[in-house]
Amino acid sequence: MSAALLIDILLWGSVFGVGLIAFRRGPPVFKASLREGSMDFINIVPRIALGVIGSGYIAAIIPQEVITGWLGPDSGWLGVATAVLAGAATPGGPVIGFSIGTVALKSGGGVPQVVAYVVAWALFAFQRVILWEIPFMPARFVWFRCAVSVPFPFVAAAIAMVIGRP
Amino acid sequence: MRKPIGWSTLVIAALVAVSAALVWRRDGTDGVLEILTHDLSLFGGILPRVLAGCLLGAFISEILPHEKVSRSLGPKSGLKGLLIGTAFGAILPGGPFTAYPVASALLAVGADFGATIAMVVSWTLIGYGRAVAWEIPIMGTDFTLWRIVISLPLPVLAGSLGRFVYVRMYPKPATKDDET
Repeated sequence: MSAALLIDILLWGSVFGVGLIAFRRGPPVFKASLREGSMDFINIVPRIALGVIGSGYIAAIIPQEVITGWLGPDSGWLGVATAVLAGAATPGGPVIGFSIGTVALKSGGGVPQVVAYVVAWALFAFQRVILWEIPFMPARFVWFRCAVSVPFPFVAAAIAMVIGRP
Repeated sequence: MRKPIGWSTLVIAALVAVSAALVWRRDGTDGVLEILTHDLSLFGGILPRVLAGCLLGAFISEILPHEKVSRSLGPKSGLKGLLIGTAFGAILPGGPFTAYPVASALLAVGADFGATIAMVVSWTLIGYGRAVAWEIPIMGTDFTLWRIVISLPLPVLAGSLGRFVYVRMYPKPATKDDET
Protein backbone atom coordinates (compact mmCIF):
# COMPACT_ATOMS: atom_id res chain seq x y z
CA MET A 1 0.00 0.00 0.00
CA SER A 2 2.76 2.42 0.92
CA ALA A 3 4.47 1.70 -2.42
CA ALA A 4 1.25 2.68 -4.21
CA LEU A 5 1.06 5.87 -2.15
CA LEU A 6 4.67 6.71 -2.99
CA ILE A 7 3.94 6.15 -6.68
CA ASP A 8 0.96 8.50 -6.49
CA ILE A 9 2.96 11.18 -4.68
CA LEU A 10 5.78 10.97 -7.25
CA LEU A 11 3.30 10.94 -10.10
CA TRP A 12 1.20 13.92 -9.02
CA GLY A 13 4.37 15.70 -7.90
CA SER A 14 5.75 15.37 -11.43
CA VAL A 15 2.44 16.56 -12.92
CA PHE A 16 2.53 19.56 -10.58
CA GLY A 17 6.18 20.26 -11.45
CA VAL A 18 5.74 20.25 -15.24
CA GLY A 19 2.40 22.04 -14.82
CA LEU A 20 4.19 24.81 -12.94
CA ILE A 21 6.77 25.13 -15.72
CA ALA A 22 3.96 25.35 -18.28
CA PHE A 23 2.16 27.93 -16.15
CA ARG A 24 5.25 30.11 -16.00
CA ARG A 25 5.31 30.10 -19.80
CA GLY A 26 1.98 31.88 -19.58
CA PRO A 27 -1.60 30.96 -18.70
CA PRO A 28 -2.60 30.31 -22.36
CA VAL A 29 0.12 27.63 -22.64
CA PHE A 30 -1.03 26.13 -19.36
CA LYS A 31 -4.69 26.16 -20.36
CA ALA A 32 -3.98 24.68 -23.78
CA SER A 33 -2.02 21.75 -22.37
CA LEU A 34 -4.59 21.23 -19.62
CA ARG A 35 -7.29 21.00 -22.27
CA GLU A 36 -5.10 18.74 -24.44
CA GLY A 37 -4.40 16.39 -21.51
CA SER A 38 -8.06 16.21 -20.55
CA MET A 39 -9.09 15.45 -24.12
CA ASP A 40 -6.48 12.69 -24.29
CA PHE A 41 -7.87 11.32 -21.05
CA ILE A 42 -11.44 11.32 -22.36
CA ASN A 43 -10.36 9.63 -25.58
CA ILE A 44 -8.34 7.01 -23.76
CA VAL A 45 -10.85 6.01 -21.08
CA PRO A 46 -12.90 3.71 -23.36
CA ARG A 47 -9.76 1.93 -24.52
CA ILE A 48 -8.43 1.56 -20.97
CA ALA A 49 -11.85 0.24 -19.93
CA LEU A 50 -11.73 -2.34 -22.71
CA GLY A 51 -8.18 -3.25 -21.71
CA VAL A 52 -8.86 -3.62 -17.98
CA ILE A 53 -12.11 -5.52 -18.30
CA GLY A 54 -10.98 -7.42 -21.35
CA SER A 55 -7.66 -8.64 -20.00
CA GLY A 56 -9.52 -9.98 -16.95
CA TYR A 57 -11.48 -12.33 -19.24
CA ILE A 58 -8.43 -13.25 -21.32
CA ALA A 59 -6.50 -13.96 -18.10
CA ALA A 60 -9.35 -16.15 -16.86
CA ILE A 61 -9.04 -18.50 -19.81
CA ILE A 62 -5.24 -18.82 -19.47
CA PRO A 63 -4.75 -20.58 -16.14
CA GLN A 64 -1.53 -19.84 -14.27
CA GLU A 65 -0.67 -23.56 -14.14
CA VAL A 66 -0.34 -23.63 -17.91
CA ILE A 67 2.31 -20.90 -17.75
CA THR A 68 4.16 -22.61 -14.88
CA GLY A 69 4.13 -25.82 -16.87
CA TRP A 70 5.89 -24.12 -19.76
CA LEU A 71 8.70 -23.09 -17.44
CA GLY A 72 9.76 -26.59 -16.52
CA PRO A 73 13.35 -27.72 -16.05
CA ASP A 74 13.73 -27.88 -19.82
CA SER A 75 17.24 -26.60 -20.38
CA GLY A 76 18.91 -25.21 -23.46
CA TRP A 77 17.53 -22.97 -26.17
CA LEU A 78 14.24 -24.83 -26.49
CA GLY A 79 13.66 -24.05 -22.83
CA VAL A 80 14.55 -20.40 -23.46
CA ALA A 81 12.10 -20.21 -26.37
CA THR A 82 9.32 -21.73 -24.26
CA ALA A 83 10.14 -19.29 -21.46
CA VAL A 84 9.81 -16.38 -23.89
CA LEU A 85 6.37 -17.60 -25.01
CA ALA A 86 5.37 -18.08 -21.38
CA GLY A 87 6.47 -14.53 -20.56
CA ALA A 88 4.38 -13.08 -23.37
CA ALA A 89 1.33 -15.18 -22.43
CA THR A 90 1.43 -14.57 -18.66
CA PRO A 91 -1.83 -13.04 -17.49
CA GLY A 92 -2.02 -10.59 -14.61
CA GLY A 93 0.31 -8.01 -13.15
CA PRO A 94 3.86 -8.01 -11.74
CA VAL A 95 3.00 -10.12 -8.68
CA ILE A 96 1.98 -13.06 -10.88
CA GLY A 97 4.86 -12.66 -13.33
CA PHE A 98 7.57 -12.51 -10.69
CA SER A 99 5.96 -15.20 -8.54
CA ILE A 100 5.96 -17.59 -11.49
CA GLY A 101 9.63 -16.73 -12.04
CA THR A 102 10.44 -17.46 -8.40
CA VAL A 103 8.55 -20.75 -8.45
CA ALA A 104 10.41 -21.79 -11.61
CA LEU A 105 13.75 -20.88 -10.04
CA LYS A 106 12.99 -22.86 -6.88
CA SER A 107 11.61 -25.88 -8.70
CA GLY A 108 14.69 -26.43 -10.81
CA GLY A 109 14.18 -24.11 -13.77
CA GLY A 110 17.46 -23.03 -15.34
CA VAL A 111 18.67 -19.49 -14.52
CA PRO A 112 19.00 -18.40 -18.19
CA GLN A 113 15.46 -19.65 -18.84
CA VAL A 114 14.07 -17.71 -15.88
CA VAL A 115 15.95 -14.58 -16.99
CA ALA A 116 14.48 -15.01 -20.48
CA TYR A 117 11.04 -15.40 -18.91
CA VAL A 118 11.31 -12.26 -16.76
CA VAL A 119 12.76 -10.17 -19.61
CA ALA A 120 10.14 -11.42 -22.09
CA TRP A 121 7.40 -10.70 -19.56
CA ALA A 122 8.76 -7.16 -19.06
CA LEU A 123 9.04 -6.58 -22.81
CA PHE A 124 5.75 -7.97 -24.07
CA ALA A 125 3.39 -9.47 -21.54
CA PHE A 126 0.14 -9.31 -23.50
CA GLN A 127 -1.80 -7.77 -20.64
CA ARG A 128 0.46 -4.69 -20.37
CA VAL A 129 0.54 -4.27 -24.14
CA ILE A 130 -3.26 -4.44 -24.42
CA LEU A 131 -4.04 -2.48 -21.31
CA TRP A 132 -1.43 0.28 -21.44
CA GLU A 133 0.75 0.43 -24.50
CA ILE A 134 -1.86 0.17 -27.27
CA PRO A 135 -4.23 2.76 -25.75
CA PHE A 136 -1.48 5.34 -25.28
CA MET A 137 0.89 4.86 -28.19
CA PRO A 138 0.41 4.90 -31.96
CA ALA A 139 -0.51 1.32 -32.94
CA ARG A 140 2.27 1.19 -35.52
CA PHE A 141 4.85 2.01 -32.84
CA VAL A 142 3.58 -0.73 -30.53
CA TRP A 143 3.78 -3.51 -33.11
CA PHE A 144 7.14 -2.26 -34.31
CA ARG A 145 8.48 -2.04 -30.75
CA CYS A 146 7.29 -5.56 -29.93
CA ALA A 147 8.74 -6.98 -33.14
CA VAL A 148 12.21 -5.51 -32.65
CA SER A 149 12.15 -6.61 -28.97
CA VAL A 150 11.77 -10.31 -29.84
CA PRO A 151 15.53 -11.11 -29.96
CA PHE A 152 16.33 -9.55 -26.60
CA PRO A 153 15.07 -12.17 -24.12
CA PHE A 154 17.34 -14.57 -26.04
CA VAL A 155 20.24 -12.09 -25.80
CA ALA A 156 19.62 -11.80 -22.04
CA ALA A 157 19.62 -15.61 -21.72
CA ALA A 158 22.88 -15.79 -23.69
CA ILE A 159 24.51 -13.20 -21.42
CA ALA A 160 23.23 -15.15 -18.39
CA MET A 161 24.79 -18.36 -19.77
CA VAL A 162 28.12 -16.58 -20.24
CA ILE A 163 28.40 -14.73 -16.93
CA GLY A 164 26.81 -17.45 -14.79
CA ARG A 165 24.56 -17.46 -11.76
CA PRO A 166 23.72 -14.43 -9.63
CA MET B 1 -2.44 10.66 -29.52
CA ARG B 2 -4.62 8.28 -31.44
CA LYS B 3 -8.10 8.14 -32.79
CA PRO B 4 -10.49 6.48 -30.32
CA ILE B 5 -11.23 3.43 -32.46
CA GLY B 6 -8.65 1.70 -34.62
CA TRP B 7 -8.18 -1.82 -35.88
CA SER B 8 -6.13 -2.72 -32.78
CA THR B 9 -9.09 -1.80 -30.62
CA LEU B 10 -11.37 -3.93 -32.78
CA VAL B 11 -9.02 -6.94 -32.60
CA ILE B 12 -8.83 -6.62 -28.81
CA ALA B 13 -12.61 -6.23 -28.59
CA ALA B 14 -13.05 -9.44 -30.59
CA LEU B 15 -10.52 -11.26 -28.40
CA VAL B 16 -12.31 -10.06 -25.28
CA ALA B 17 -15.71 -11.12 -26.62
CA VAL B 18 -14.42 -14.63 -27.36
CA SER B 19 -12.74 -14.91 -23.95
CA ALA B 20 -15.83 -13.66 -22.14
CA ALA B 21 -17.93 -16.20 -24.05
CA LEU B 22 -15.54 -18.99 -23.02
CA VAL B 23 -15.69 -17.86 -19.39
CA TRP B 24 -19.50 -17.80 -19.60
CA ARG B 25 -19.58 -21.36 -20.99
CA ARG B 26 -17.24 -22.58 -18.25
CA ASP B 27 -18.43 -20.59 -15.22
CA GLY B 28 -21.85 -19.27 -16.22
CA THR B 29 -23.22 -15.78 -15.70
CA ASP B 30 -21.84 -15.62 -12.14
CA GLY B 31 -18.30 -16.14 -13.42
CA VAL B 32 -18.69 -13.40 -15.99
CA LEU B 33 -20.13 -10.96 -13.42
CA GLU B 34 -17.44 -11.77 -10.86
CA ILE B 35 -14.65 -10.81 -13.25
CA LEU B 36 -16.62 -7.75 -14.37
CA THR B 37 -17.04 -6.39 -10.81
CA HIS B 38 -13.40 -7.06 -9.95
CA ASP B 39 -12.15 -5.38 -13.09
CA LEU B 40 -14.51 -2.43 -12.74
CA SER B 41 -13.13 -1.66 -9.28
CA LEU B 42 -9.60 -2.01 -10.66
CA PHE B 43 -10.60 0.37 -13.45
CA GLY B 44 -11.92 2.92 -10.96
CA GLY B 45 -8.69 2.70 -9.01
CA ILE B 46 -6.41 3.41 -11.96
CA LEU B 47 -8.47 6.19 -13.55
CA PRO B 48 -6.87 9.02 -11.49
CA ARG B 49 -3.42 7.74 -12.47
CA VAL B 50 -4.42 7.63 -16.12
CA LEU B 51 -5.54 11.26 -15.82
CA ALA B 52 -2.19 12.16 -14.21
CA GLY B 53 -0.35 10.36 -17.02
CA CYS B 54 -2.31 12.21 -19.71
CA LEU B 55 -1.67 15.58 -18.06
CA LEU B 56 2.02 14.75 -17.66
CA GLY B 57 2.27 13.84 -21.35
CA ALA B 58 0.44 17.00 -22.43
CA PHE B 59 2.54 19.32 -20.27
CA ILE B 60 5.77 17.66 -21.33
CA SER B 61 4.97 17.94 -25.03
CA GLU B 62 4.06 21.60 -24.44
CA ILE B 63 7.18 22.62 -22.51
CA LEU B 64 9.81 20.60 -24.38
CA PRO B 65 11.46 22.62 -27.15
CA HIS B 66 10.60 20.66 -30.30
CA GLU B 67 13.74 21.38 -32.29
CA LYS B 68 15.96 20.47 -29.34
CA VAL B 69 14.11 17.16 -28.92
CA SER B 70 14.41 16.27 -32.58
CA ARG B 71 18.10 17.13 -32.44
CA SER B 72 18.84 15.07 -29.32
CA LEU B 73 16.33 12.24 -29.84
CA GLY B 74 15.56 12.38 -33.55
CA PRO B 75 16.58 9.97 -36.34
CA LYS B 76 20.02 11.58 -36.64
CA SER B 77 20.78 11.69 -32.91
CA GLY B 78 23.04 8.62 -33.12
CA LEU B 79 24.20 6.65 -30.11
CA LYS B 80 23.84 9.72 -27.92
CA GLY B 81 20.11 9.87 -28.63
CA LEU B 82 19.70 6.21 -27.70
CA LEU B 83 21.65 6.79 -24.47
CA ILE B 84 19.51 9.81 -23.57
CA GLY B 85 16.36 7.75 -24.23
CA THR B 86 17.75 4.94 -22.06
CA ALA B 87 18.64 7.31 -19.20
CA PHE B 88 15.25 8.98 -19.40
CA GLY B 89 13.41 5.64 -19.27
CA ALA B 90 15.50 4.51 -16.31
CA ILE B 91 14.76 7.57 -14.15
CA LEU B 92 11.11 8.12 -15.13
CA PRO B 93 8.89 7.89 -12.02
CA GLY B 94 5.58 6.03 -11.91
CA GLY B 95 4.28 3.05 -13.80
CA PRO B 96 2.85 2.32 -17.25
CA PHE B 97 0.39 5.18 -16.77
CA THR B 98 3.35 7.60 -16.99
CA ALA B 99 5.79 5.76 -19.24
CA TYR B 100 3.48 5.39 -22.25
CA PRO B 101 1.92 8.89 -22.27
CA VAL B 102 5.39 10.41 -21.90
CA ALA B 103 6.80 8.17 -24.65
CA SER B 104 3.89 9.17 -26.86
CA ALA B 105 4.60 12.85 -26.12
CA LEU B 106 8.28 12.37 -27.07
CA LEU B 107 7.24 10.79 -30.39
CA ALA B 108 4.93 13.75 -31.03
CA VAL B 109 7.63 16.36 -30.43
CA GLY B 110 10.27 14.81 -32.68
CA ALA B 111 11.87 11.74 -31.08
CA ASP B 112 12.28 8.88 -33.55
CA PHE B 113 11.17 5.25 -33.10
CA GLY B 114 14.72 4.21 -32.12
CA ALA B 115 15.12 6.63 -29.19
CA THR B 116 11.54 6.02 -28.06
CA ILE B 117 12.06 2.24 -28.16
CA ALA B 118 15.23 2.70 -26.09
CA MET B 119 13.20 4.71 -23.58
CA VAL B 120 10.31 2.23 -23.31
CA VAL B 121 12.62 -0.81 -23.13
CA SER B 122 14.81 0.93 -20.56
CA TRP B 123 11.77 1.84 -18.45
CA THR B 124 10.52 -1.74 -18.46
CA LEU B 125 13.91 -3.48 -17.99
CA ILE B 126 16.11 -1.18 -15.90
CA GLY B 127 13.62 1.34 -14.46
CA TYR B 128 13.65 1.27 -10.69
CA GLY B 129 9.87 1.58 -10.18
CA ARG B 130 8.79 -2.00 -10.80
CA ALA B 131 12.10 -3.43 -9.53
CA VAL B 132 11.74 -1.76 -6.13
CA ALA B 133 7.99 -2.26 -5.76
CA TRP B 134 7.69 -5.85 -7.01
CA GLU B 135 10.79 -7.62 -8.27
CA ILE B 136 13.06 -7.23 -5.20
CA PRO B 137 10.36 -8.27 -2.69
CA ILE B 138 9.33 -11.30 -4.78
CA MET B 139 12.49 -12.47 -6.55
CA GLY B 140 15.12 -11.20 -4.12
CA THR B 141 17.77 -8.50 -4.35
CA ASP B 142 20.51 -10.73 -5.80
CA PHE B 143 18.45 -11.98 -8.71
CA THR B 144 17.00 -8.53 -9.43
CA LEU B 145 20.33 -6.69 -9.48
CA TRP B 146 21.91 -9.45 -11.54
CA ARG B 147 18.98 -9.38 -13.98
CA ILE B 148 19.27 -5.58 -14.28
CA VAL B 149 23.03 -5.81 -14.97
CA ILE B 150 22.30 -8.32 -17.76
CA SER B 151 19.62 -5.98 -19.12
CA LEU B 152 21.82 -2.85 -19.18
CA PRO B 153 22.90 -3.14 -22.84
CA LEU B 154 19.44 -4.13 -24.10
CA PRO B 155 17.69 -0.71 -24.45
CA VAL B 156 20.48 0.70 -26.65
CA LEU B 157 20.59 -2.53 -28.68
CA ALA B 158 16.80 -2.54 -29.12
CA GLY B 159 16.86 1.14 -30.12
CA SER B 160 19.62 0.54 -32.66
CA LEU B 161 17.79 -2.45 -34.12
CA GLY B 162 14.63 -0.33 -34.25
CA ARG B 163 16.41 2.42 -36.16
CA PHE B 164 18.13 -0.05 -38.46
CA VAL B 165 14.83 -1.72 -39.39
CA TYR B 166 12.82 1.52 -39.48
CA VAL B 167 14.89 3.29 -42.13
CA ARG B 168 14.67 0.17 -44.29
CA MET B 169 10.94 -0.36 -43.80
CA TYR B 170 9.93 3.28 -44.17
CA PRO B 171 12.48 4.96 -46.43
CA LYS B 172 10.49 8.21 -46.51
CA PRO B 173 9.76 10.08 -43.28
CA ALA B 174 6.38 8.88 -42.11
CA THR B 175 3.59 11.32 -41.38
CA LYS B 176 2.54 11.86 -37.82
CA ASP B 177 -0.44 10.23 -36.07
CA ASP B 178 -0.90 7.68 -38.79
CA GLU B 179 -2.54 4.45 -37.87
CA THR B 180 -2.14 1.51 -40.16
